[in-house]
Amino acid sequence: MDTDLRDLYQEIILDHNKNPKNFHKLDPASHSAEGYNPLCGDKINVYLQVEDGKIVDIGFEGSGCAISKASASVMTTIVKNKTVEEVKALFEKFKGLVTGKVEPDMLELGKLAVFAGVRDYPSRAKCATLSWHTVMAALNSKEEQAIVSTE
Amino acid sequence: MAETIEMDDRTIAIGKNHKLFDVERIRADFPILHQRIHGKPLAYLDNAATSQKPKVVIDAISHYYQAQNANIHRGVYYLSEVATQAYEQARECVRSFLNAASTEEIIFTRGATEGINLVAHSYGRRFIQQGDEVIITTMDHHSNIVPWQILCEEKGAQLRVVPIDDHGELMMDEYASLLSAKTKLVAFGHISNSLGTINPIEKIIQMAHQVGAVVVVDGAQAAPHTPIDVQALDVDFYAFSGHKVFGPTGIGALYGKEKWLDAMPPYQGGGDMIKSVTLEKTIYNDLPYKFEAGTPHISGGIAMAKALDYVGQIGYPQIEAYENDLLNCATEALQKVDGLRIVGTAQHKASVVSFVLESVHPHDVGTILDREGIAIRTGHHCTQPVMDRFHIPATSRASFAFYNTKEEIDRLVEALHKVVRMFQ
Repeated sequence: MDTDLRDLYQEIILDHNKNPKNFHKLDPASHSAEGYNPLCGDKINVYLQVEDGKIVDIGFEGSGCAISKASASVMTTIVKNKTVEEVKALFEKFKGLVTGKVEPDMLELGKLAVFAGVRDYPSRAKCATLSWHTVMAALNSKEEQAIVSTE
Repeated sequence: MAETIEMDDRTIAIGKNHKLFDVERIRADFPILHQRIHGKPLAYLDNAATSQKPKVVIDAISHYYQAQNANIHRGVYYLSEVATQAYEQARECVRSFLNAASTEEIIFTRGATEGINLVAHSYGRRFIQQGDEVIITTMDHHSNIVPWQILCEEKGAQLRVVPIDDHGELMMDEYASLLSAKTKLVAFGHISNSLGTINPIEKIIQMAHQVGAVVVVDGAQAAPHTPIDVQALDVDFYAFSGHKVFGPTGIGALYGKEKWLDAMPPYQGGGDMIKSVTLEKTIYNDLPYKFEAGTPHISGGIAMAKALDYVGQIGYPQIEAYENDLLNCATEALQKVDGLRIVGTAQHKASVVSFVLESVHPHDVGTILDREGIAIRTGHHCTQPVMDRFHIPATSRASFAFYNTKEEIDRLVEALHKVVRMFQ
């Protein structure tokens, strides 16, 4: 495969796409939201259990491209046991990484750094951030179920 | 005689008259095709979204602004008369393209979407009443669904939908059972943009007319592939877009029967659509100008006419035969790709192939193909009800024009094998 394509579809991304982590519904969940990307029809449901300002459990369901599914999978492994504030700060850094707007601190981003290749594919940035937007919508929602779109 | 001419696989004899179809000569007319994308030759296979433009069309736009530009229907000076004449000649060209009875029945629009909206807004608001029924189909483009939803909601009318079968063909028995005295309007696409299905247009129109309904046809996908004769079809309204038939974006035309256009109120108010204006009362202009408020896309109309001429010179029998050959070749080759399923297997199809790959999302397919220089469309193609019908979120779609080649199909198939290997 071409090296630039390999930068986007890294082995770890293909693995997470095939065998996503935390790929299930949480019941009960303290927060949940549905995310939708009208451009490609990606749909995702995110479920969170938040206790004392900390995400103690997370799960997701849905269908989407390899980038969106792998990003959701990696995201769930990273936000578990982090505080809501930590997750929000991390999302800002991740957005900067995939849109190429800021030069990210790779050490701080940890496993998320594998998505750096997305910055060369502007139309795919929304795929990478869909699950994160959905988590933010869930955390910010007062109602039981929130719906967020990338548009 | 074609049999006596030495041919390679790019030059094939087509049709009863054995007219030669020389794809290399046609490709030479399209400057954009001769470039490299990510280091690979461009294979443009997204013609159902928009087509590329031959040099005569590009030159017509440039020539208009370099030598003819003035506002039309107003000036008494030379340039204005030249521009007016060129624009009205373009209207005559569209009339001839559709075989309409008169240029009064040809309204320039921004495209098929505006044509359909014009009918929904102007005819629909005047003639559709509470309790009436409007029929559309599952396979219609959003642009032929949403205007009717808006109209029905506003009027308290009912929207009825003709379903499609597993091949992507309209279920004509269901259509027959939906028709009744309540049916006032039937709207459908001549050819489906996401499935490629060529609908039985004559039959659909006849059946609608038997219950007294008017028929609106979205011809956006048909214009580049098949000849259109609005008088033979006896269709009430027919809309198409210039950019899908090798003309510029932002221009199209709507055909409407004169008796309906006469009875309809204007679409938009403004200059050019009036005979006289006082602050108390306005007298509307004659057809077709009653429906053309404001300064139009003059260069677009002129260049679209050049595109229609260009297509006419190649000839629809030649185009249909060549594209059908591409369709058969692509269908056969794609079916050999592991885990590939074609969505839309109607008996009569235009050169559009939608497909899904087992366990690879269309968006990933699109990105990987792009790096091979191959442009295809991935997504729902503005036909979400079709995606719902087949229980899929999206498809990948390769759509061919007469400038595409079998070599490009080979490259498409090779790239798809690569995608499959990558996601194994």
